[in-house]
Amino acid sequence: MSTVSEPIAGTKVHYLNADYGIKSWLLTTDHKRIALLYLAGITFFFFIGGAFAVLMRLELVTPQGDMMQPETYNKMFTMHGVMMIFFFLIPSIPAVLGNFLVPMMIGARDLAFPKINLLSWYIAMIGGAFTLYAVVAGGVDTGWTFYTPYSSTYSNTHVIATAVGVFISGFSSILTGLNFIVTIHKMRAPGMTWFRLPLFIWAHYATSIIQVLGTPVVAITILLVGLERGFNIGIFDPELGGDPILFQHLFWFYSHPAVYIMILPGMGVISELVTCFARKKIFGYAFVAGSSVAIAVLGFLVWGHHMFVSGQSVYSGMVFSVLSFLVAIPSAIKVFNWTATLYKGSIVYMTPMLYAFGFIGLFTIGGLTGLFLATLAVDVHVHDTYFVVAHFHYIMVGGAIMAYLGGIHYWWPKISGKLYPEGWARLSAGILFIGFNLTFFPQFILGYLGMPRRYHAYPEEFQVLNVMSSAGASILGVGYLIPMIYLVWSMRYGRPSPPNPWGSAGLEWKTPSPPPTFNFDKTPVITEDPYIYSHDEEVEVG
Amino acid sequence: MTHHVEPRKVYFGIFAALMVLTALTVLVAMFDLGRFNIVVALSIACAKAFLVVMFFMHLRFAKPLTQVMVAGGLLWLVILLSGTITDYISRGWLGIVPGW
Amino acid sequence: MAEHPAVAAHHQFDDLEQQLDASTLGMWVFLVTEIMFFGGLFTAYAVYRSAYPEAFAEGSHHLDLTLGGLNTVVLIGSSLTMALAVRCAQLGSNRGAANYMIATLILGLVFLVVKAFEYHHKYVEGLIPGPNFVFDSPHARHIELMFCFYFAMTGMHALHMVVGAGLLIYFILQARANRYSPEYYGPVEVMGLYWHFVDIVWIFLFPLLYLIGHR
Repeated sequence: MSTVSEPIAGTKVHYLNADYGIKSWLLTTDHKRIALLYLAGITFFFFIGGAFAVLMRLELVTPQGDMMQPETYNKMFTMHGVMMIFFFLIPSIPAVLGNFLVPMMIGARDLAFPKINLLSWYIAMIGGAFTLYAVVAGGVDTGWTFYTPYSSTYSNTHVIATAVGVFISGFSSILTGLNFIVTIHKMRAPGMTWFRLPLFIWAHYATSIIQVLGTPVVAITILLVGLERGFNIGIFDPELGGDPILFQHLFWFYSHPAVYIMILPGMGVISELVTCFARKKIFGYAFVAGSSVAIAVLGFLVWGHHMFVSGQSVYSGMVFSVLSFLVAIPSAIKVFNWTATLYKGSIVYMTPMLYAFGFIGLFTIGGLTGLFLATLAVDVHVHDTYFVVAHFHYIMVGGAIMAYLGGIHYWWPKISGKLYPEGWARLSAGILFIGFNLTFFPQFILGYLGMPRRYHAYPEEFQVLNVMSSAGASILGVGYLIPMIYLVWSMRYGRPSPPNPWGSAGLEWKTPSPPPTFNFDKTPVITEDPYIYSHDEEVEVG
Repeated sequence: MTHHVEPRKVYFGIFAALMVLTALTVLVAMFDLGRFNIVVALSIACAKAFLVVMFFMHLRFAKPLTQVMVAGGLLWLVILLSGTITDYISRGWLGIVPGW
Repeated sequence: MAEHPAVAAHHQFDDLEQQLDASTLGMWVFLVTEIMFFGGLFTAYAVYRSAYPEAFAEGSHHLDLTLGGLNTVVLIGSSLTMALAVRCAQLGSNRGAANYMIATLILGLVFLVVKAFEYHHKYVEGLIPGPNFVFDSPHARHIELMFCFYFAMTGMHALHMVVGAGLLIYFILQARANRYSPEYYGPVEVMGLYWHFVDIVWIFLFPLLYLIGHR
């Protein structure tokens, strides 16, 4: 850094003002700046994905397919899924909050491989660019699952560009996971033993395992679809004796664990929020930590539950069904331990805690309906209906996005050095909760009544529930826009934040807000367990 | 720093062993062992891979953590293989011939 | 030591020992991802080979065992020279490391040239999957599937070789600039790990593609 500009006398040097100019951002290797680059990138993809959702919900206000052609509607749900899953949800918490916080929470100066970290952002953006090209050039209609032989042979939309985009972005995910694994193993500050790690770190470690072990499988699978489309390498081609169900095996081997890439970091966030705003030590630390790893491992043994009605062997289905139930155990351990942590806590109802409550309730609903779907006989009835759609949105939106927003609010003073307006934040948390439930709860009923997913038209008796859902979606949209506005506003006009506005026990709060470039002025030495709170400590701001 | 430096002759010895195993696997392929063809071929390949990993890649002297990582990778490969293959094996058990 | 310039650890590390540890672990984790990457292909291969054993054997007989065997020897040889290059770097001999890596690079290129000849042969014989695939056999379609695997697997492997060759050139230049020392040889070690892994993939591809059924 030869061109470091001298900071103005009197202001403290931190990572945001250490260096200026577009180049200092695009060539940065500071994990905190890269986290902000990711924040900008995925917010962009989120709103693109959201725009497709808006169009879908508009179409579904009336039973007739009167707004768009069926083919157009197919493209809408495909691009909504591709954008949201591969370019928003998978990077959301790990690449933004994880990138920012993993080194700070373990007392390191940076991730183990800062240049690879920057590379992973560029890879993600290049992948996104390919997918955006596919969107602009006319879209893709295979569903985000790219099932063969439709994707490899019959669809005449831009499958290859999308596949290339997803393939490339996979490497970004792999590199992030690799970086976290090495960092957590090798870069912990003196005294930071494994059982003193914040649960956020445990959750990210478990997430990284999935990213590293699962993503390469979907990479080769998507690549094979591309090769089949482009070069006649027909590995899944029934004409040559290939089996399309094999594609589903390989695809879900990653894509089921991918759900845990989205939810596990969220669980890590919730563990931090619940302890801080209940002013209590986490109940059963070892179990919450271990359950993260257990979810990561068990998550790899259940992929066949997506294929109960696909032609997979019934015996395989039974085994996968039983194994799927097992995932409920570590998930329930977490929910129970959070609840036990709240018990007799001095609960402070600040915005991040509202999101945490939202998460616990919505995740429980999403998780329990997952058990319905893991039951072979019930799945035959509700497979590919709106019941499934509602189930995974309760996990991904009600779970992952609630945790993401809760985490963004909680760490916003650390990230930006400014406080967000609490009143607006509580209001938007409330709007989001209402909007979310109004959007997706009716879909459980629709699915149970038999409305299949991925259709642009439906029988008239489903209209009331669909209108409720569309109305909820518009409330949800407002709920997303408000934080967007006041967070950006607070960056300029917000009150400056003290180093530790929440009175949190976390290591990341023991350094100024915003932190200096190398996080700590001198490497911290850790002498106690995490989450040491006492009831009489007060939250400073409120 | 004290890192293990392998004597040169170990590397040449391993190379010789790999050559012998390569010759052996080609030789065995000339005979029809029925269903054991694949077993023998894969056993020899595993032995060769083991030599490369342990000696050329120094896994013998690596930290236990690294060894666990590699073992984990192999375990996950087994999960992928077994989860998929058991589906294909058990498809015929109900007497329905798979249609693909 | 006059010969080797003193090297400082990158800012995020406390010392060179931690840096070496981290980069080696990082490469091993990356190789685990590679195991899973090729693992997807091997899984698909296992499913189809057990479904169509005769077709796979018949297709395999159209692969050139001599060239395949030659390539196996060449690649294992390149692993030997790579291991020796790492050893030289450990002992502080940049010259030795550079020379052994040049040998590795040459052997790697020989492998790729031989592979290119084999691909050309397949093209001439009409064994490229697609509309021009010709094969006179009752199993023709399934044999085409076998050739899909042949090209997907060896192609993916060759791609890794090309990447490895590019990396080798960079490390050869670094060694020639006297960058390595007994304290700082991590990059060569990590390069070696990658190269050996690519060798191992071939160790499995050779029997799985060239040695099916007795010949």
